[in-house]
Amino acid sequence: MAILEVRNLSVNYLTDEGTALRAVEGVSFSLEQGRSLGLVGESGCGKTTAMLGILRLLPAEGRIVSGEVVYDGVDLLHVSESEMREYRWGRISIVFQGAMNALNPVRRVGDQIVEAIMLHESVDKRTARGRVDELLGMVGITSERASQYPHQYSGGMRQRAMIAMALACTPNILIADEPTTALDVMIQAQILDLLQKLQKELDLCIVLVTHDLGVVAEICDDVLVMYGGKTAEYASADIIYNESLHPYTQRLLEAFPDVENPASTLASIPGYPPPLDALPPGCRFEPRCHRRKDICAVKSPPLLAVNSGHYVACHPDKGRLNGATNR
Amino acid sequence: MQQLREIWRTFRRRPMGIVGALMLFSVVFVAIFAPWLAPYDPDVKIDIDPEDLLAPPDVEHLLGRDDAGKDVLSQLIYGARVSLTVGFVASFMSMFIGTTVGLIAGYIGGRIGNALMRLTDFLLVIPDLPLMLVIISIWGRGLWKIIFVIGMLGWTYNARLVRSQVLSIRERQFVLRARAIGAGSLRIILRHIFPQVLPLILAQAVLSVSGAIIAESSLSFLGLGDPTLVSWGMMLNFAFERAISRMAWWFLLPPGFAIVWVSVGLIMMGTTLEEIVNPRLRTHHLFDPRHMVALIAGVRPRAEAEGAME
Repeated sequence: MAILEVRNLSVNYLTDEGTALRAVEGVSFSLEQGRSLGLVGESGCGKTTAMLGILRLLPAEGRIVSGEVVYDGVDLLHVSESEMREYRWGRISIVFQGAMNALNPVRRVGDQIVEAIMLHESVDKRTARGRVDELLGMVGITSERASQYPHQYSGGMRQRAMIAMALACTPNILIADEPTTALDVMIQAQILDLLQKLQKELDLCIVLVTHDLGVVAEICDDVLVMYGGKTAEYASADIIYNESLHPYTQRLLEAFPDVENPASTLASIPGYPPPLDALPPGCRFEPRCHRRKDICAVKSPPLLAVNSGHYVACHPDKGRLNGATNR
Repeated sequence: MQQLREIWRTFRRRPMGIVGALMLFSVVFVAIFAPWLAPYDPDVKIDIDPEDLLAPPDVEHLLGRDDAGKDVLSQLIYGARVSLTVGFVASFMSMFIGTTVGLIAGYIGGRIGNALMRLTDFLLVIPDLPLMLVIISIWGRGLWKIIFVIGMLGWTYNARLVRSQVLSIRERQFVLRARAIGAGSLRIILRHIFPQVLPLILAQAVLSVSGAIIAESSLSFLGLGDPTLVSWGMMLNFAFERAISRMAWWFLLPPGFAIVWVSVGLIMMGTTLEEIVNPRLRTHHLFDPRHMVALIAGVRPRAEAEGAME
C-alpha cells in the first residue's frame, strides 16, 4: 500500500492584482515504503512548490486550490495546523534547496537538531544529545562538532548536518529538494551515496527534486517529469530512460552528456519554460516542442496511461501511444 | 553568546566606544558607591549659618554649597543614582515593549501587525516631552510614575527597528526550516528570530538610556520631578530658580555637566555598538578612504613627493 498518495494537487500563487498564477496543476503520484521518486524538470516548473504544498509550507501568497495529500490514510490538507506540525519532520521531513542556509547561524548545530527531536518526542535533553551524536556519526560528522556553529562547518558538512537533522525523528519520507546543488562533484557524490545508504538502512522513501537526470538514474525507482506546473511524464526510471514518450523527457535526456561519446554536442531545448502569467493555451510545452501538431496549440493534452504505471501527457500520434487510455 | 563575544572583539578596538563605556562606568561606579564617596549626607543641612548659604567652593566643600547650605558635590553623587535608575529601568521597559511589538508586527504581520504599527506611528509623531508633562501633571509626581511614563512613550523607534529586521529575517531559510520541523510561531519568534535581533536591541537600549536620562532631567528641570529625590534635573531646577541671580555657578554647572557627561558616554558607546551590529550602517572596509591605499614603509606617496620637488 502506498504510504503517500498525492492526487491532483494544484497550487496557485495570488498576485497583488488579484490574479491567480497556476504554479502546480493536477500533479499526482504515489510513494510506497522504501521506494524513491525523482522529480525532474527545469527551474520554475513547480517542483519545489509542489513539495512545499505537500507540507503546507507555502509562502503566504500560495494557495492549494485542489487535491489530496493522503499520508497513511489521512488527508494532510484537511488536518488542523497543530496536527500538521506533528506530521512535519515526524513523518515527512524536508531538506531544502541550498540547505546549507537552513541552519540558524547563531545557534549550535547540535542544539538545533536537539530542538527538532524534542519537538516530536518526549525525551530528555541527555537522550536527545546522544541521538544527535549518533545522527551526526551517520552522516560522517564527529560528535565534537555538535557544539559548533554553522559557520564553522563547510558547505558540504552543513548539507550533511541538515540531512542528519532531517532523519532525527525517523521520518518515513524524506523530501530532498536539490540536495546537491551548490556543491562540488565530489561532495555531490558523497551526499548521494549517503542518501542511498540511509534509504536502505532506514527503509526510507525519498523524494528527490533535481535537475540532474544522472542523479535520478542512480537513486530513484520512479520518475515524475514536470513541465510548466504539470506532469509531463510519470513512470519507473527504467521506462523513462529507455522508452520515454514525452518529447520534453526525450529532449531532457538528449541534453545530458553521453559517457560513451563524450565529444558529441549536447542538444539543448531552445526557449524557456512558460512564465506563469502567460501560459500557452494548449500544451504547455507546445512552443518549444519539436513534434508539435496543430492540436497542441489549442488543447492541453490529458494525462494518458500508456501501460500500467506509465503516464504521458501528450497528444497521441498515429501509431505512437497505441492503446493509450485516458486516465 | 558567540555573537556577543564577536561584538565585544570588534568593540574593544573602537576608541570611541571604549571611551564612552568608561564614561558610563565612572558614573555607574559613583552611583553604586555613593555612600562611601560622598563627603556629606546630601539631605542633612550641616550647619545653617547665613554665610554657608550658596557658599562658593572651598577645601571642605569642593563644589560649594547650595541655597540651603547643603554640599553640592554630595548631591551630585547621590543624583547619579536617581538618573541612572530612571535611565536603565525606563529604557528596559521601552526596549521590552518595543521589541515585543516589533516581533509580533514583523512576524505575524497582517491585520494585527498593521494595527500595532499604526499605534506606533501615532505615538511616534506626538512630541514626547509635552505629552509627558501633561501626563505627569495630571497623574502626580513620583519616581516610578516618571519611569513608567518615559518607558511607555519611548518604545516606538525600537518597535520600528525590530520590525524592519524581523521582516527580513523571517524570509530566511532557517525560519522556513524551523516551520518544517514542526515549530510553532511562538517558538520561532523566541528561539530563532529574537536571538538575531538581540544585538541590535542592546545597541538601541544603550542609546535609549541616555534618552531616558535626558527626559527625566527635563521633567525635573521643569519642576515635575520626584520632590523627595534630588536628581540632576532637580538640582538644575533649584539652581535656575534660586542661584543663578547670585552667580552661583558651582551650583548650576556640575549637574549640567554630569548630564552631558553620562549622555555623551552612552551615545558614544551606543553609536559604536550600533555601527557594529546594524547591517545598514556597516560599510565595506574598502569604503574608508584612509584604508584604501597602504603606504609602503619608507616610500612617500607620489603627490607629496612631487610637491616637494617644486
